[in-house]
Amino acid sequence: MAAITTLHYLVVAAALFVIGTVGVLTRRNVVIILMSIELILNAVNLNLVAFSRLWNLQGQVFSIFVIADAAAEAAVGLGILITFFRNKETVNVDEVDLLKW
Amino acid sequence: MFFLNHIWVIPLLPIASAAVMFFFGRRLSKQAVNAFCVGTIVLAFAWSCLAVYQYSSYAAAHDNAPFEKVLFTWAGSDGVMLPTHSGHPAPFKAEAGFLLDPLSAIWLLFVTGVGMLIHIYSTGYMAHEGGYYRFFGYLNLFMFSMLTLILGNNYAMLFVGWEGVGLCSYLLIGFYFQRHSASTAANKAFIVNRIGDASFLMGMFTIFWYFGTYRFTDITSVARSGQIAIGDPWMIAITLLLFGGACGKSAQLPLYVWLPDAMEGPTPVSALIHAATMVTAGVYMVARSNALFVLAPPSMKVVAIVGALTAIFAASIGLVQNDIKRVLAYSTVSQLGYMFLALGVGAFAAGVFHVFTHAFFKALLFLGAGSVIHAMGGEQDMRNMGALAKKIPTTFKTMFIATLAIAGIPGLAGFFSKDEILWQTWSRNDGAFRALWVIGFITAVMTSFYMFRLIYLTFFSQSRMSHEAEHHVHESPKSMTVPLMVLAFCSVFAGYLGLPPSLGGTNRFEKFLHPVFAAEAHQSAEAVPAKEEEHAPPIEYGLMLLSIGAGFGGWWLASRAYGKAGKGYVEPIDAAAQAVYTTLLNKYYVGEGYDYLFTGRKKLGPIRLGAIGLGEASWKFDANVIDGTVNGAGWITRLSAAFSNWWDKWVIDGVLVNGPAILAKMVSYPVRLFEWGLVQWYALVMVVGLVGFVWYAIR
Repeated sequence: MAAITTLHYLVVAAALFVIGTVGVLTRRNVVIILMSIELILNAVNLNLVAFSRLWNLQGQVFSIFVIADAAAEAAVGLGILITFFRNKETVNVDEVDLLKW
Repeated sequence: MFFLNHIWVIPLLPIASAAVMFFFGRRLSKQAVNAFCVGTIVLAFAWSCLAVYQYSSYAAAHDNAPFEKVLFTWAGSDGVMLPTHSGHPAPFKAEAGFLLDPLSAIWLLFVTGVGMLIHIYSTGYMAHEGGYYRFFGYLNLFMFSMLTLILGNNYAMLFVGWEGVGLCSYLLIGFYFQRHSASTAANKAFIVNRIGDASFLMGMFTIFWYFGTYRFTDITSVARSGQIAIGDPWMIAITLLLFGGACGKSAQLPLYVWLPDAMEGPTPVSALIHAATMVTAGVYMVARSNALFVLAPPSMKVVAIVGALTAIFAASIGLVQNDIKRVLAYSTVSQLGYMFLALGVGAFAAGVFHVFTHAFFKALLFLGAGSVIHAMGGEQDMRNMGALAKKIPTTFKTMFIATLAIAGIPGLAGFFSKDEILWQTWSRNDGAFRALWVIGFITAVMTSFYMFRLIYLTFFSQSRMSHEAEHHVHESPKSMTVPLMVLAFCSVFAGYLGLPPSLGGTNRFEKFLHPVFAAEAHQSAEAVPAKEEEHAPPIEYGLMLLSIGAGFGGWWLASRAYGKAGKGYVEPIDAAAQAVYTTLLNKYYVGEGYDYLFTGRKKLGPIRLGAIGLGEASWKFDANVIDGTVNGAGWITRLSAAFSNWWDKWVIDGVLVNGPAILAKMVSYPVRLFEWGLVQWYALVMVVGLVGFVWYAIR
């Protein structure tokens, strides 16, 4: 069993990032999109933690901030989602195309 | 001197009574109306007699000076000086001033005297008419105006009276205002008089500009001082303008047309206003301005010629009229012509004398005619009369006397005054005036003819009345016949006041008037040569015989033509020359001519002249030019508005405002296609871009 290197972290993080990105781009449900965004953020967090192993704890501290930010973003996003649902009775993004012209 | 000093009471009496009629007349009984209206006139007459009597002693004590009394100034420029001809500015003042001199004394006496008789007569004549109090109120208002006219001491006062009598004339002609012809006749009288009055007013203004005063005495003294040359153009202008006024009021050519129509009024009105008093106001005014007229010989000639032409013109129309009052109306116009002829030849006293005698016999004729009409129950057409002499003897006798007087039968009033005029005309010793004498002489024959025609057709000949009318005929009441008798007495004897020296008299009338006209006689002797004294009496007697011949000749002709006129009698003039007869019967078509030229009631071919023509022309001018301009301005506004609209819509809005917008829209179109609203697409583009960028950076 080989030792877990930084490269392994990066591969997992990249995989998470891609899954999250694809989720954001392809899913119609806003809830899922928000969840995918969480995946992307966590991919970033994983990168931060991985690189912090090589230098100092700054990366880990920064990832705490990112988690806090993600919580705030989820709260705001869900708030928007509820308001949105009350107005449009849907949570599908492809039915939401007002933001144009 | 009480009555003389309070001479202003004379016009005050009738106006007071007129005021009572105006405010309370409707509620007063006929007796009360009589008491007020006739009573005040009787009082005024008595006051006048006493005032004139006192004036005679005043004149004796003051070297024949006129008596003047100024009460107050009723209109003035309040010290503001107005420019005058002489270069010395004068303040304008119109005073309520009274003047009594022989000239106004004569008018005063016969106006109040004849007026009183006619008032008494009217109580009988109007007894059965509606508007009794109104009639007497108007008559009293007329008396006030006439007395103001003759007693005023300046032209402004004279003008007040002048307009006042015009108003009363209008009111009384239109007394039967329910009748359309009466109201139009009243309008005609008023309007025609306005034309003359405009001329009179201009004359007055010119007088003020020249003399700086309106007072007769001041003007006369300046005019007689010798400062103004004879023939001064200003004097000619003033006198011609004044005479224009006289032409209107005294019914001379060409403004006489209103007087015959004025017969629409009640007969006493015709007698008082349109025969005896008001129509002589023009004569009075010219006589009053004699000092100015003698300074303008051309004006005098105009006066004489207009007078003579009017005399013969009106007399010739009178020859064939069938309405008894119309005959008398034209006779009045004709006699007024005589008066102006006298004034025009400088025989002022003779003219005034004729006014004086004419007042009696013409008033008598009208009142007599009124009595006839009254007896006939309103019939005025002489063709339906005849043989009335026995049925209404008093009327007949008095009217016959008046006819003798006006026809110039010797011994009666008219003979002396008319003969005096003809004699004075002849003795101007000038070819032109001799021609006027011929006209006057022919007129005298005509006068006699038409008057005796009237007498024969009315009182003699055969009865042409309907059976019903004949049954109805009755003599008028005492209140009407007594004034007739008094007037008949005057018609006989008034002439002896002016008995000429050639007939053993002393011409007291002319002597009485001497202070008023004396200086004129002297001056006009220079202006127009020749005077009575220079002529040998034989010519005067010869002319007198001719006059007598004229009077009797006319009588003889009339008696031959109408002595036995039965139903369907033949007019001799009609038989002799039908065209002449028709022309005369239609009054020379003057009315029609005026309709063509002045009123515009008839069209002259395609063109309409006169007042209506002017109105139509003004209307056309207004409708086409003024309104056209207005509409044109409107059209221009509309046109420019349409253009502005187009410009704003297409150029401003279209090109300048919307243009950039459209341009932006067009340019933006491909750009905005990218923005179709699906967030995930944006994200995809972002990711692709990012990937591409990263890939590019790494490579």
